[in-house]
Amino acid sequence: MAAYVIQRILWIGPLLFAVALITFILMHQVPGGPWDRSKRLPPEALENVNQAYGLDKPLWQQFGDYALGLAQGDLGVSFRSSNRPVSDVLGDGIRVSATLGLLALALSTTAGVALGTLAALRKDGPADYASVALATVGASVPSFILGMLMLVTFTAYLHWLPSGGWGSAKQAVMPVLALSAWPTAYIARVTRASVLDVLHREYVRTARAKGLHERAVVLRHILRNALIPVLTVLGPVAAMLVTGSFIIEQLFAIPGMGRAFVTAISARDYGVIMGTTLFYTLVIILANLLVDVLYAIVDPRVRYGAADATRVDV
Amino acid sequence: MSSAPVPIAGPPPPASRDALRRLLRNRAAVVGMVVIAAFATLALLAPWVDRHPPTDQHLDSTLAGPSAEFWLGTDQLGRDQYSRLVHGARISLSVGVLTQAVALALGVSVGLAAGLGGRRADSLLMRMTDVAYAFPDLLMIILLVSIFGVSTLMLVLAIGLVSWTTIARLVRGQVLALRQEDYVLAARAMGASTWRIAWRHLLPNVAGPVIVTATFGIPAAIFAEAALAFVGLGFAPPTPTWGGLVTDSFNTMLAAPHLAIAACLAVAITTLSFTFIGDGLRDALDPRTPSRSPLPDPAAVSAQPTTGSLQKAA
Repeated sequence: MAAYVIQRILWIGPLLFAVALITFILMHQVPGGPWDRSKRLPPEALENVNQAYGLDKPLWQQFGDYALGLAQGDLGVSFRSSNRPVSDVLGDGIRVSATLGLLALALSTTAGVALGTLAALRKDGPADYASVALATVGASVPSFILGMLMLVTFTAYLHWLPSGGWGSAKQAVMPVLALSAWPTAYIARVTRASVLDVLHREYVRTARAKGLHERAVVLRHILRNALIPVLTVLGPVAAMLVTGSFIIEQLFAIPGMGRAFVTAISARDYGVIMGTTLFYTLVIILANLLVDVLYAIVDPRVRYGAADATRVDV
Repeated sequence: MSSAPVPIAGPPPPASRDALRRLLRNRAAVVGMVVIAAFATLALLAPWVDRHPPTDQHLDSTLAGPSAEFWLGTDQLGRDQYSRLVHGARISLSVGVLTQAVALALGVSVGLAAGLGGRRADSLLMRMTDVAYAFPDLLMIILLVSIFGVSTLMLVLAIGLVSWTTIARLVRGQVLALRQEDYVLAARAMGASTWRIAWRHLLPNVAGPVIVTATFGIPAAIFAEAALAFVGLGFAPPTPTWGGLVTDSFNTMLAAPHLAIAACLAVAITTLSFTFIGDGLRDALDPRTPSRSPLPDPAAVSAQPTTGSLQKAA
């Protein structure tokens, strides 16, 4: 297990390098350059800025410089926000996106576990069907469309909530709800299956036979055991919350990572494009690693050979 | 007296008729298929079932509510929303379906090549798959579309290019697992070529999960088109697509919320229907694990706006 984890961690570097290389090549194929937006620069000035930022060098050399900087933790500077380091620009975005993501994580874990447990305890009853229906919609309708439908209802018709922005509690309601829909559905599904699985175990019967309160049985004996498999969904859920906020941020005009990327693409702000892509990639890689490790911890039958280190079979 | 032939475990009998019967017994899946068939028919017959040409502007009645003349109202240029939705379905549905054709072709080829091509090919192809899997999908699509521009073909290729990894892993895993089965060894001993073994003996066994994955990929592709339109990388106006309609209706949401409802419901109903079909197919094609949960498997449902994963939530 330790060897497997170490190999997986060592594999992160090459993966990031490959993603950086592909992104670098692709983004330099996007027509136009970082200075197109400003007033048309005289040719000499253009030459000067290109020289100052090393954009006059051959691409392979630019990538070499970038990779060297990256290896030392230097992400370069943003062309658009007057030479701010990319890490600062990303830091701002990450703080906002992380707040949004953590709120959604708290909501979806609570709601998902509650819905899933209720559905399992009242299997085939109205509560079960209701939570199944809710989870079906949450799992299959894109959060972006759910967000729009919320906007129509609560902003256009009822005028209860502001259409977007970030900073107040009211502004957070709809984005958090929209972002939580899919993770809630996912957690509810896994919880329901897991609770049904332990519901008729002997230790639960014993607890009941001892005359324990139903609440104590559910909380201490059923949930404590049923929630172990639920832990394993936290990997994909975390990845979804971090990267999934991309479009939700566009929809609700939230100044997070997703906005930073879209702005950077249209401004050809190469450093920020690279930084956001690598950050998202790292999150996906770590989330997948977390899932695989959690699976192995939770289910001792799962064994990873060191040879499988770079293979994630699904 | 001849010795009894050694019994050889044959491949599972073709269960397609059973599977079809099970699929047709699944009420949600049937509803999904009827809805998709209806939408597809409307899309195919768009020039005949529309009420107005989709680009005709009726400037005397802009942002109108639903009426006998304009069933779903008109947009900011007085164009008939119903007609635009019907025409928009052509691009959105074809992008959804064709994308998965690309993903199937790529995924099955890579998976077979990795599973049958020997250790070195396997490890090279799987490392490639790891990179593609770690690359944030939506970011890759945005980069590709920024370089090559927007067209149906370009969208299909770009989204297809990020959607094949799950299929490749499924196929490879199954090939590795089945390679040593008696019936495969027997076929090989009888001189069957590698291609024949792959085509006749291996692929049929993995067809189920692969088809299910592709079905769940369709709503993901429809979402990707919508997300691209929303960040300003959609089809050039006045071409009607669902993504474009969602975006336009977002901009006029306060003045004419009914337009947003119509566009969002078209997308939501379609993704929901494909989820029903995918769930039904999964249960029908894999009778060994009877649907443990009536909830859709969100891990497989990929209609989610994760930049990280159109298809890779788990």
